[in-house]
Amino acid sequence: MRFELTEDQRDFAESLDSYLSAADPIAAARSWAAGDPDPGRTMWRRLAEQGVPALLVPEDSGGAGATPVELVIAMEAIGFHAVPGPWVESAGYLARALAGPELEAIAEGAMATVAAPPVTPYALDAEQAERVYLATDGGLTSGTVGAAVASVDRTRHLHRVTAGSAVDQVGDPAAGFEMAVLATAAQLMGAGERMLRDSVDYVKQRRQFGREIGSYQAIKHQLADVRIGLDFARPLLYGAALDPNARDVSAAKVACGDAAYRASRVGLQVHGAIGYTMEFDLSLWITKVRALAGAWGTAAFHRNRVLTALTEVG
Amino acid sequence: MDLTMSPAELAFQAEVRQWLAANVPDEPLPSMDTAAGFAAHQEWEARLAREGLSVVSWPRKYHGREASLIEWVIFEEEYYRAGAPGRVSQNGIFLLAPIIFDHGTPEQQDRFLPSMATGEQVWAQAWSEPEAGSDLASLRSTARRDDERGGWVLNGQKTWSSRAAYAHWGFGLFRSDPEAARHAGLTYFLFPLDATGITVRPIAQLDGEAGFAELFFDDVFVPDEDVLGAPGDGWRVAMSTAGNERGLSLRSPGRFCAAADRLAELYRSTPEPPVGTERGLVDAWIRAQAYRLYTWGTVSRLADGGEMGAAGSVNKVFWSELDVALHETALDLLGPEAEVAGPWTDGYLFSLSGPIYAGTNEIQRNIVAERILGLPREPKGTR
Repeated sequence: MRFELTEDQRDFAESLDSYLSAADPIAAARSWAAGDPDPGRTMWRRLAEQGVPALLVPEDSGGAGATPVELVIAMEAIGFHAVPGPWVESAGYLARALAGPELEAIAEGAMATVAAPPVTPYALDAEQAERVYLATDGGLTSGTVGAAVASVDRTRHLHRVTAGSAVDQVGDPAAGFEMAVLATAAQLMGAGERMLRDSVDYVKQRRQFGREIGSYQAIKHQLADVRIGLDFARPLLYGAALDPNARDVSAAKVACGDAAYRASRVGLQVHGAIGYTMEFDLSLWITKVRALAGAWGTAAFHRNRVLTALTEVG
Repeated sequence: MDLTMSPAELAFQAEVRQWLAANVPDEPLPSMDTAAGFAAHQEWEARLAREGLSVVSWPRKYHGREASLIEWVIFEEEYYRAGAPGRVSQNGIFLLAPIIFDHGTPEQQDRFLPSMATGEQVWAQAWSEPEAGSDLASLRSTARRDDERGGWVLNGQKTWSSRAAYAHWGFGLFRSDPEAARHAGLTYFLFPLDATGITVRPIAQLDGEAGFAELFFDDVFVPDEDVLGAPGDGWRVAMSTAGNERGLSLRSPGRFCAAADRLAELYRSTPEPPVGTERGLVDAWIRAQAYRLYTWGTVSRLADGGEMGAAGSVNKVFWSELDVALHETALDLLGPEAEVAGPWTDGYLFSLSGPIYAGTNEIQRNIVAERILGLPREPKGTR
């Protein structure tokens, strides 16, 4: 019984954070949004070299054979730094749903994406992906990229996908779905932590009525509630990583979504008008959290999965 | 990271579960805030103590079994899962005892801890005063030095003193140096509630029972041997375990999963649950689960030598709001029957005190903002 990250896991988190802190992911995200994918693709390759898309892939398929805990650590860093790209789809869903050579390609760092209607109707960043898939009832086909659909998050490029040829070697798409949900929850957690940090920094230096606005209780209490929400969502995230059953994964998604959404609302409110501009970086996370709140299942979808589990018990 | 129990922990869990299954009364005991209920709860504490289950983490010589922190949490989970009686000795065993272990003399430990563990002596806290609630450091009750008799003379008034209506001893802070400001010059005293000069006036709580009381001190003599820690050092002594009260031990970690399970049972047994209650159930369950896992994280940190610190404030806001919301959902599920007094209305009324006691949630949010987020304190006098 030791519900804390190991030293190796903390080192992994720190190494990702120190790389991303220096790599200017915000510029990459803004370029990605504007249609210049090069900085984002470079970042993908670097993170692939650090083994991120290979985490869940078994060692005999060229992967790291790591656990969902490591996936959560990586996805939290990706959310914290607003790294663009189909990470949830590659490192979460497809790392479990594929098998054979196509799985090996994921481990080697091929950018891949998937649509899984009806819950995930569009394939994220399909125009950039080397491989596109479509999940069907229990199976998987290659996907033909169709029309683009604009996302509320300008760094997410959504695409309709139609079925292509069946994928020869399928892994476990159901497990892939749980990993995608878990990875999305982790990204939300990272985004929430980032908005809290940036908001705290801002209210410490912004002065009105002759003092820092962070000294007013009206500001303090809102930010304290953000801290509390994140602190109690995180254990659900790691608990679900240790045992990724539908009930616990959904509970984590609901809690991380709520906590990150609160962070975005409070973050915007304490920044005031500057926070409402596209130019100010907070906007990247505000729109991302709104998108991720519904990605791989809305809060209502996931609450319903928890309810089903609770009402089925004898 | 791992959430699995060792064979020894599993064996401990099985022993506790088995004993509770065989011994928890079928019918709930009467309220501990009535004379008969208080006695019944004391008797229950004595039974727990005979099994070495009243204070599992304490040394054997004080009726404990030297259980680890992890085993203590296992015990608490089993205790609430079994629906066992509330702990009438809670103020003593969870709030005062950690201070006696840290700051008490060996003589004080030998004198007070055994009878606390068996429930023979029940302790009441005496923190708040009429003019000192959230601003506890502004308290005015005084302690005057009496060198001749070798002790102190207490005067003043304490209020909202939980369990004081029927308890035997009290503990609290008094101003022993009238010249010193606020946190300085306070001393931590232990006193029998039947001491000459103490008047106890029970106060009926929302539920009608005398869960707390006012205490009036009129030249109450307390000998030096009943001062806890050094004279003048009372604030530091009291605050050394304030984190415990707000966090881990005030509301048992096992409490909310058991309550959420009962809520789920109520939902399942309601033929047509009103629309909206499903969300209340799901959110209560998720938050109870979050609280449980958060506790395992805290325990893991503490076991590695970490400290609770201001995280206790994060915890206190979370569980107190969860407790209210959980009971509100239960009452929604009961529909027109919700008005009928019963276990859920009892639990609801009890939950309403959570956001207030042990430092209101507003004070806790200030602590989270200032000590964890590092936000600036408000200029003096504006709060």
